[in-house]
Amino acid sequence: MIVVKAFTITNELGIHARSAAMIVEVSNRYRAEICLEKDGIRVNAKSILGILTLGCPKGSIVIVRAEGVDAEAAVEELGRLIENKFGEY
Amino acid sequence: MPENRSNKTMVLKGIGVSPGIAFGKAYVLDYTIANIPYYKLKDEAQAWEEITRFEKALRDSRRQLAAIKKELSDREGVEPLFIIDAHIMMLRDKKLIYNTINNIKEKRINAEWAMKLTIDRYREIFDKIEDEYLKARFSDVEYVGQRIIRNLIGRDPIRLSDVGEGAIIISRDLSPADTVQMKMENILGFATDIGGKTSHTAIVARSIGIPAVVGLERITREISSNDTVIVDGCDGFVIINPDPEVLRRYGEKKRHYEILEERLLREAKQRALTADGHRIEIGANIEFVEEIPTAVMHGAEGIGLYRTEFIYINKEQLPTEEEHFSIYRRVIEGKGIYWSTIRTFDLGGDKFMSDPRLAKEMNPVMGLRAIRFCLKEVELFKVQLRAILRASAYGKTRVLFPMISSLDEIRRVKTIFDEVREDLVRRNIPVGEDIEIGIMIEVPSAVVIADSLAREVDFFSIGTNDLIQYTLAIDRINERVTYLYDPLHPAILRLIKMVVEAAHRAGIRVAMCGEMAGEPVYTLILLGFGLDELSMNSLAIPRVKKIVREATIEESRALLDSILDLPTAEEIKKRVQDYMIRRFPDEFSGLRD
Repeated sequence: MIVVKAFTITNELGIHARSAAMIVEVSNRYRAEICLEKDGIRVNAKSILGILTLGCPKGSIVIVRAEGVDAEAAVEELGRLIENKFGEY
Repeated sequence: MPENRSNKTMVLKGIGVSPGIAFGKAYVLDYTIANIPYYKLKDEAQAWEEITRFEKALRDSRRQLAAIKKELSDREGVEPLFIIDAHIMMLRDKKLIYNTINNIKEKRINAEWAMKLTIDRYREIFDKIEDEYLKARFSDVEYVGQRIIRNLIGRDPIRLSDVGEGAIIISRDLSPADTVQMKMENILGFATDIGGKTSHTAIVARSIGIPAVVGLERITREISSNDTVIVDGCDGFVIINPDPEVLRRYGEKKRHYEILEERLLREAKQRALTADGHRIEIGANIEFVEEIPTAVMHGAEGIGLYRTEFIYINKEQLPTEEEHFSIYRRVIEGKGIYWSTIRTFDLGGDKFMSDPRLAKEMNPVMGLRAIRFCLKEVELFKVQLRAILRASAYGKTRVLFPMISSLDEIRRVKTIFDEVREDLVRRNIPVGEDIEIGIMIEVPSAVVIADSLAREVDFFSIGTNDLIQYTLAIDRINERVTYLYDPLHPAILRLIKMVVEAAHRAGIRVAMCGEMAGEPVYTLILLGFGLDELSMNSLAIPRVKKIVREATIEESRALLDSILDLPTAEEIKKRVQDYMIRRFPDEFSGLRD
């Protein structure tokens, strides 16, 4: 199963070291292959450096793409994380 | 050459950002690794050896970081622990590992160089990121990379928690990731190549009360670890390998400084009560929460001016209400202070946001700034007001509006303020019961109509810096006219008199928070005016308090009366200085010709 969904980054600092680490932690809990995509560049959501090199400031649109048995749950949880601003402001 | 260098006395001049004098052993904090070994591998077997070595270095690095994390979590006040988690995660990053192993296999090079190439590649990628903050995250990659390379070379990793007693930290700059790991009780001073009064190094040094000199440009190149070094944070000097004579002289300077500090600090906690029993409140001007302990130590009773501009200009994004709130709450709850005066945004709109509509102004000090900007961008203003009101539930709060020039302005401000308050009350969000509203008196028109302004507010605070600039029509930044800037200009003294009289007739308090308030030679005149509060740089408080305690209100009034009739600033200055030198010979010996 492939699930694709777009999210807007809304926390003030964008995806920085801490928020990237949170994405990796969540992604690692799923068996699905998960990617983040921005401006046509795709990185592995289980790689903190990959996520950081995307450079996602506040307001940028990130596409989460998951493939695998638990893809739907993975995208849902990652979406919640992004929408909750990674627990920041 | 190194031999030569190790003995030579050398003096470097920088900016003293935290006062005091420290002697110690240099600890040079340097993350760059000179001479990374490079060699070609003979065959595949050797490549496998290198890969094994690389994997061991990764494991060692992870273990070290886990140990640092454990050590830090045993201590208090270590918020940025997450940064270490992120670093550990980077050490597990498949891309980073794969990339380096690939370099070893395909380019047939040693592990150190393969790792260096990986770091270089990430540098290129991060360089392309537009967002400045996210671009700077490359420093995390570099930090992790240097640790791996150090482990490969067999060089000891940098363990800041191991820095021994009596160390002076020498670095290009210091970041929170560095300072969080240091045991501050072991560290006597900081000296850095770059930075200014507001850099992290300066703030940390002031908050823990150790001397620091920044902006030395080349100290990391001139010094080696374990060199003897003197940091003179009073005058901004750093002396490397001082000879015995210099050491002796500085020993004396240090002793004098400490005796003076101790004496002043001992007395600083006493109240500012004149010899004939007149009380004046003493506040501190601050811009960072971290400055509060120093302010209290130097005898501040409250915060007379909290400048909020840094909340905005240190940021790439607009600060949120929560962010404002948590900072104001920390100020208001500050240990040892009884009241906090928070001044709302006092800069031009260009500092607020990069909006092309906010065109560069020809004359920004008279432009769309401070309260004018806030009244134009009401929604932004409300965010700050809501945060101040919410924070006021946690302690005595005074809110201060800058650059008021007409009655209409303060009325509009109050309407907005009341709206915000009522909205919070309606939503059952606690706000302070006794919050006071005040205005800065810094525009001459406000002085002229001070009587009607006084009926609208609970207090005035005279901002002498701007009042002088606007009254005497001097651009303080223009060096060709700064000679005209004079707080003792008869016009300025008369304006201050008008403000105090108007305030007291209306039964409200009047403070002064400009630089004039912290200059001890003016203390008697200010007492003579009848000001209720003086707020100043923390370091100025002990001397000003000392003069207040030795003076009488009667002599202060007499001195003021005797100068108000003098026609020129020159004559006034002479009269005041002569009096102060005669009256307080120990304090003002330096003013004698």
